[in-house]
Parts: sequence; structure tokens; C-alpha cells
Amino acid sequence: MGSRYGIGVDIGSTATKVAVLDRDGALVHSELMPTGYSSVDAADRVAHALAAAGHDVESDAVRIVATGYGRIAVPYADKVVTEITCHGIGAACLFGPQGTVVDVGGQDTKVIQLKGGRVVKFAMNDKCAAGTGRFLEIMADRLGVSQEEMARLARGGAETKISSMCTVFAESEVISLVGRGVPRADIARGVVDSVVARVAALAGQSPTGPFFLTGGLCDNAFVVERLSDALGAPVTTCPEARYAGALGAAERALAL
Amino acid sequence: MGDTETKADRYPLPRTFEEFNEQRRASFIRVKDFKQAGGRLVGYLCSYTPLEIIDAAGASGVALCGTSDEVIPAAEATLPANLCPLIKSTYGFASSEKCPFTFFSDIIVGETTCDGKKKMYELLDELKPTHILHLPQGRGRAYERDAWYEECRLLKERLEELYGITITDGDLRSAVRRRNRMRRAMTALYNLQAAEPPAMSGVELMSTMFAATFSFDVEEFTVKLEALAAERRAQYEAGERPVPADAKRLLVTGCPIGGVINKIGRTIECNGGVVVCADDCSGERTQASLIDEEAPDILRAISDRYLDINCSVLTPNAGRMDNTLKMIEKYHVDGVIESVLTACHTFNVEAALMERAVEGAGVPYMKIETDYSAGDQGQIDTRIGAFIETL
Repeated sequence: MGSRYGIGVDIGSTATKVAVLDRDGALVHSELMPTGYSSVDAADRVAHALAAAGHDVESDAVRIVATGYGRIAVPYADKVVTEITCHGIGAACLFGPQGTVVDVGGQDTKVIQLKGGRVVKFAMNDKCAAGTGRFLEIMADRLGVSQEEMARLARGGAETKISSMCTVFAESEVISLVGRGVPRADIARGVVDSVVARVAALAGQSPTGPFFLTGGLCDNAFVVERLSDALGAPVTTCPEARYAGALGAAERALAL
Repeated sequence: MGDTETKADRYPLPRTFEEFNEQRRASFIRVKDFKQAGGRLVGYLCSYTPLEIIDAAGASGVALCGTSDEVIPAAEATLPANLCPLIKSTYGFASSEKCPFTFFSDIIVGETTCDGKKKMYELLDELKPTHILHLPQGRGRAYERDAWYEECRLLKERLEELYGITITDGDLRSAVRRRNRMRRAMTALYNLQAAEPPAMSGVELMSTMFAATFSFDVEEFTVKLEALAAERRAQYEAGERPVPADAKRLLVTGCPIGGVINKIGRTIECNGGVVVCADDCSGERTQASLIDEEAPDILRAISDRYLDINCSVLTPNAGRMDNTLKMIEKYHVDGVIESVLTACHTFNVEAALMERAVEGAGVPYMKIETDYSAGDQGQIDTRIGAFIETL
């Protein structure tokens, strides 16, 4: 408990997130960067960024917890904790100790049940890209727009069915919709609804809300709205929720 | 099939023998030597196979369940891809002639357990004579016990015919005595895991038990198990603690564990856990039940004992959940991981009942569905790591 700062380093498949908490648990610094090819390299870039912000990773004044798929690639971490636990703790800090956390990540989607601020159960889709950030990324790419632009288009689009579960087949389906001259906004709507349906199916296994959304989609307002509709319950999120894993890790680090 | 028999008579090695690595070549030579010295070898796959009958025929029973993904591409030349890895691996080892036990078996004893295995055996029979035990669908109806008794008798007759021998009640009785002693030795070893912390790593224990299924000599292996139990007990009493006191105590249930000892067992033990009870069909739930050596009808005692084994292929199968709950108490279990092999419908469906039973007892439960490939190791690490963190 003697450390002055707790640092969480969350190396995800797509993005690396860093959160620095002071002794009182207040967020004093955060970083967001693409993970890139190598998580070792990402960990290195994190160390440099932290140094630039005045936090030496080797200093006795800090405790560091690493999480995410690249968690074992952080040589300066004091402890490694899985992203499921970290997202749970992070979400509990942001939203409260009771509820269901839905984390849509780059390569998987997690649904975490919280009770008393602790993870009591979780379910994961980690076998298939449907319902993950990767699905949106690939489809936005195919539509030639950014993910933000795709969400904006989707809001104005008409309901369009994309029935393939498999990302590769769904991409073919999108190509054929484009070929048939279906408006881009409608296809964007279909893409968002497809992800939302998959996420809601997984989240629906968890008994009750409140639902909290963490991960890369938290500032995608249209996705949040559609997810609330699909779950039939409000979904709470906030811009910091993107850092939930890093926040949870930093919270853990403070306790070391 | 005639060709296979001739081949077995002369004990030639597989065509691809020279391409094998040293370890595999050594195994082939060991089994070949066993056969040349007059040894009888009977391959089997399932815990329902009444091993005492094989023993009583003077044969060595060896388990042929495939546990590696090495031969799955070869198997998929014939079998569909969306089939359980155990079935694919078993068939693949037979068709590619890479398993010395399969290759040198005089006969394979299969059983009508799941649909995938049942139909695979029809193809396996083209490679090796395969005798099929017809396992009843349940145990609650009187004729089911009688039918299984008949199946055990048919196996006895098939082996008598194959080897030109007569299996007497006396042969069966002494086989029962030997197996009972081995099962007591196994149970004694399992019991050491009830200590806090347990006396050894679960991976060590599971690997030891797995080796039992490749041993040609029941008594020899029993002596080894007894010695190991005595050694581990003495070490523990001398204060050795190979497992950290804060390791979370896990019970692994579900499909046969042989192919995922490392993928699930070692992952548990690298993430702050220890397997205190392997609750699969080759584990304590099966080994702890003995056969009455003095039973008036010894074959009936054998058949009754085997039908009582708890496997999800039988319906209903509530005894499995009851037993798991007992194991949870006996081994002071912190959490249960159910390991389901891809496409194993019976365990996958029964998992809903297991989850209910385990969580009903206030113990956390997680199901993992996986196969023998390394493709999902990262995800398994995360799931198991996270599960242990919640305990």
C-alpha cells in the first residue's frame, strides 16, 4: 500500500489502454494507442509514454498490473490479471458493484456478472468474430468508411437483414448487397444490427440488468441505443468505459 | 480383414515405421516384442469395457482412445470434421498405423456409447476386427441389466473363440481380485489429494493414471501405484508441500481428460489452481467401485459393476451429479471446471444439469468446450485464469 500510483496496462488485440490512478483512486492519466503487430513493442511504447507523463515504470513509487491478450508481454508488470477480472473491477468502479458488464472487444465479447463489486460469473464469445469489434472493423472497411461514419450512416439507414453469422460469409453478403445497389446507410444499419444481435444473445444469458457497456464501442451511441432495444433494458456507458480493463488493473495495482 | 489377421500373425511393423521418431519406434518394438513372446493384446476404448473379462482371457487390455490432434487430418479424410476429437484421433491412429497398441491389437472392443463412436467402429472394423458391446440406454429397467449381462457373456465367448480357450469363473474371480487391488491402489492415491494442500499436482496424478491404461500387466502396475502412494504419503508426512497452500482446489469433470491433461490440467496449475479431483470416466467415480470377489455369479457381479458407471450417454444419469457433489465435499473443492470435447453432445447437454447441481451447492462452475488443437490455448488461458481469479 506504500505506492503512490497504481498503473493498469491493458494490451488488447486492437488497442492498448493505460490508466494511472493516484493513491485515492482518482484517474490522473490515461493513454490509448493501437497495439500493432507486437504486444512486446506495445508494452515498450507504454513505458515510454508513461515516462513522458512522469511515471517511471521501474520506480518504487508505482505498482503495475498488466491485463489483456498481451498481458504476459509486459516485463515491468508486478502482477498479471486476466481482462475478465479487470473489466469487472473497472466497471464496478465506473458504474457500481452490481450488474452485468458487456465488453465488446477487438477479438472477443465478454459478459461479466458483478455482485458486490466482484466477478461471479462470465460468458465469452472467443471462438468466432461475429459480435466482436473485428466484425465492425471489417465491414466498415468493406463499406469504405470509418467505424464512426458507419455508425452515423446506420442511424439513418433502413432495417436491412444480414443473416450470415460468419464474418467471412457476412462480408460476401455485404458485397452482394452493395452489388444490388442497396444504399450504404442501409447496409451500415444491417451491420450494426448484426453485431448487436450477437452481443445481446450472449448478454441475454445473464439474468438481469443493469447492463454496462465497456470496451471500444462505448462511444458509439447508436450501438448503445440498439443494444438497449435488443436487451429491453437500459445500457449505461461512458467514454472512460473504453479504459475499464486498464482502470480495473490500476485498481488492483493500488492494492498491491 | 483376413489380411489384417495374417499381418498380426507375423507381427511386421507399419510401412512408415522408419519415419517415426525414436520414442514411437521404441513403443512399437516394445509391443512387437510382447506379441512375439506370445502376449495377447486387446484394445478397448471405454470405461464400460469389462476389463476383468479381458484379463481372464490372459490378455492385456490397452486403451486406444486417441488423445492427440496429430492424426486428425488423416482421420478427416474419412470422417466428418465436426466430430469429437477423441473419435477422430482414435480412428486416425488406426488408419495411419501410428499407434503401436492399435496396430498390434488382436481385436478391438468397442461399444455403443455415443453415435459418433458407434458408427466409427464400423469403419474401424475394416482395419481391425472390432467387437461391439451393446450398451443399454439406461440402468433403471430390469431387462437393461440382463441385456448388459448378456453382452458381457458375448464378449467372454468372443475372446474364448479368438484365443481357443475357456474362461472359467475361477479365471474371472482372480481377475476381479487383481483389478480390485489396482482400484484400491488408485483410490488410495486419489485420497492423498484430500489433504490441504494436496499431496501432489493433479497433472502428475492424471498422467500416472493415464499411463495405467497402457500397462500390459495389472499386478505390476498395481505395485507401482502402491509404491507411489506410499512415497507421496511419506513425503507429505515429512513436511514436503509440492503444491502451494493458497492454490485454488479444482475439480475437473466432463469428457475423458486424457487428451486435455495439459491443455486444461496444466493451464489450471499454471494459473494458481490445482486439480484435486479428476472426475472423468477414468477417475475416481469409476475406479472407486469394486466388485464383490465372492459373488455367487461372478460374471453378473462384473456386469452390474460396469453398468453402474456414470456417463452422460446413459439416461437418466443423475448418479453422476450426485457423485460429483460428494467429491466436492470430500476434496474441499473451490470450483468446478467442466471439460467438454467439441461435438460431444451428451456431456455438452448434461452440462446444464451439472451446472445446476454444482451452483446449487454454492460452488462456482465453468464449462469449457475444446478439442485437441492448440488453436484456442490463448482463450483457454484467459478463461481458466479468470475463473480462478473469481474463486
